[in-house]
Amino acid sequence: MFDQLLQFIISGITVGSVYALVGLGFTIIYNASDVVNFAQGEFVMIGAMSAIFLYGAGIPYPLALAAAVAITVVVGLMLEKFAVEPAKNASVVTTIIITIGASIFLRGAALLVWGKDIYGLPPFTKDVPISIGSATLLPQNIYVMLGTAVAVLLVRYFFDRTMTGKAIMACSCNRRAASLVGINVNRMLLIAYGVSALLGAVAGILVTPITYTSYDAGVMLGLKGFCAAILGGMGNSMGAVAGGLLLGIIESLGAGIISSGYKDAIAFVVILGVLFFRPGGLLGRADSERV
Amino acid sequence: MLRAGKILIVLCAMVLLCPGRWAAAADTLKIGSFLAVTGPASFLGDPELKTLQMYIDKINAQGGIDGIKIDFVHYDTKAKAKEAKNFVNRLIKKDRVDVIIGGSTSGNTIAVMDLVERGRVPLISLAGSVKIVEPVRKWIFKTPHTDRMAAEKIFQDIKSRGITKVALITGNGGFDKSGRAQCLALAPKYGIEIVADEKYGNSDTDMTTQVAKIRATDAQAIINFGFGKAPAIVTKNIRQLGIKLPLYQSHGVASKKYIELAGEAAEGVRLPAAGLIVADLLPDSDPQKRVLLRYKHDYESKFGPVSTFGGHAYDALFMVVNAVRSCGCTDRAKIRDGIENTSGFVGTGGIFNMSPTDHLGLGLDSFRMVEIKNGNWTLVK
Repeated sequence: MFDQLLQFIISGITVGSVYALVGLGFTIIYNASDVVNFAQGEFVMIGAMSAIFLYGAGIPYPLALAAAVAITVVVGLMLEKFAVEPAKNASVVTTIIITIGASIFLRGAALLVWGKDIYGLPPFTKDVPISIGSATLLPQNIYVMLGTAVAVLLVRYFFDRTMTGKAIMACSCNRRAASLVGINVNRMLLIAYGVSALLGAVAGILVTPITYTSYDAGVMLGLKGFCAAILGGMGNSMGAVAGGLLLGIIESLGAGIISSGYKDAIAFVVILGVLFFRPGGLLGRADSERV
Repeated sequence: MLRAGKILIVLCAMVLLCPGRWAAAADTLKIGSFLAVTGPASFLGDPELKTLQMYIDKINAQGGIDGIKIDFVHYDTKAKAKEAKNFVNRLIKKDRVDVIIGGSTSGNTIAVMDLVERGRVPLISLAGSVKIVEPVRKWIFKTPHTDRMAAEKIFQDIKSRGITKVALITGNGGFDKSGRAQCLALAPKYGIEIVADEKYGNSDTDMTTQVAKIRATDAQAIINFGFGKAPAIVTKNIRQLGIKLPLYQSHGVASKKYIELAGEAAEGVRLPAAGLIVADLLPDSDPQKRVLLRYKHDYESKFGPVSTFGGHAYDALFMVVNAVRSCGCTDRAKIRDGIENTSGFVGTGGIFNMSPTDHLGLGLDSFRMVEIKNGNWTLVK
């Protein structure tokens, strides 16, 4: 039984780190504008798909990955410039709806460009499973975990230590006050979308050797990443990681110990339970609404 | 004035409809189809429509079926049952077709079966479910293998290896669920015990948890029913956990894509597949070989890689062509009888022998058990 449990937990952490990495991408745009960017999953997909096709076209692997990240960042910047910025006086809800529209558009575009097939990327290093007791995991899983750790540290550093990061946070607190003290709000938003797309692309590239991808893969990853971010506390980068890992472990234990048929249901019941008692998420600040 | 107008309309209608209808009936066969060419099942409908159009153009260019030209009417259902119903209604009442080929999915076919029975038009479905031909309905036929046949084929192979304990792992799609139900229902007949029945979501990214549970049972083989990327992930996870048990997949993964995705982990995997994917490997004595290679060549020289789904449409079309040729007419009831009397027809799916009690007409031998070796298919003897 213990052997089993160990494998369940390792599987949970494996899946959870994918969720965490995607969830992290939501944090930045949320911090900049209180908007949940529902096209985040599409950034993940575009990063992965571009990498696959650039690599397939004969470009060396590392170069293809870098170019794919660059392409995704350009898509993120264009999304901000042509879809979000023209509606800058719109409410948060309107902007969220714009991002939903953008996600459908990006999915359709990916379908036209890359077709309906499923694709995979080769793993970064040889695919020999690593054993821990009787449980196993793949080297690629470790890269995903490392990638998540590095990304979360960088995101924290960016918001806590750099001027740009603080300026982005200021835009979120009060857009008008931020612009009055000389912060270029539009520019900050543009940066936020760019960085968010970058994180999405990195997530896509890291997870595709394990999960494969197709034009519609962003929907599921986006949804699970969003759950992770909500569970941990929206806007808190550590929270997104904690939420992602927790979600993965709950799913895995639920499937392993109770029933694999109710895996998702068990996870969602736990999320609802957490949000019922802590609406701000696990690590989120308790919201004090001004009356 | 009003009455005169009405009479005029009726007269016009008679002039327009009747002679045209009679003239058409004499020397054209009107084939209607409703396929899921776009939408979620487009991987079925798209090759099916291409196949139908290609061969109908070809037949017409060669002067038709003994002089009878084919008139083809097509509607795209987008895999929606409601659209399927509307279009079949239109095919029967407005287009007045002589025979219908479609739909692409089991859901679309089952939705229109009552309509077709009432309209008394022969229909050949291109969908998998066994429910389409069981119980047998007078006007309804189908060409693809059923999921039950796939399960039986797998169990036969498992039994011949002396294995009695099997673990089942399936996804949450319609195809997966139906396959799982057939496996559970058929296992006792082959003296096989299902010792694990695990499930996953088709968009899940990791199934090691379910596979670890299977590892803890005393299963001697694993069966996975599903299609898309999930079976490839399952295959990888099984090998990742160091499980050496024989793994069986369903015909849902019978494409090169699966081998490409699962890579080395797919080595040694067995699955039942229609002849098309192993056409090159069949012995020359195999009666299907010539038909398969010709269809493959025809399709690939025009559209790119062939799929078994287009083959189902080929089988349906030529069954209709044979029925029309044998009666030399385009009468619905006679075409129906002709299809039902199909015997020894060599199609892409197998050799069809229809009867009043069997509206599919394929035996288990139409499935070939294949094994993946060195990244390619090989026939299991």
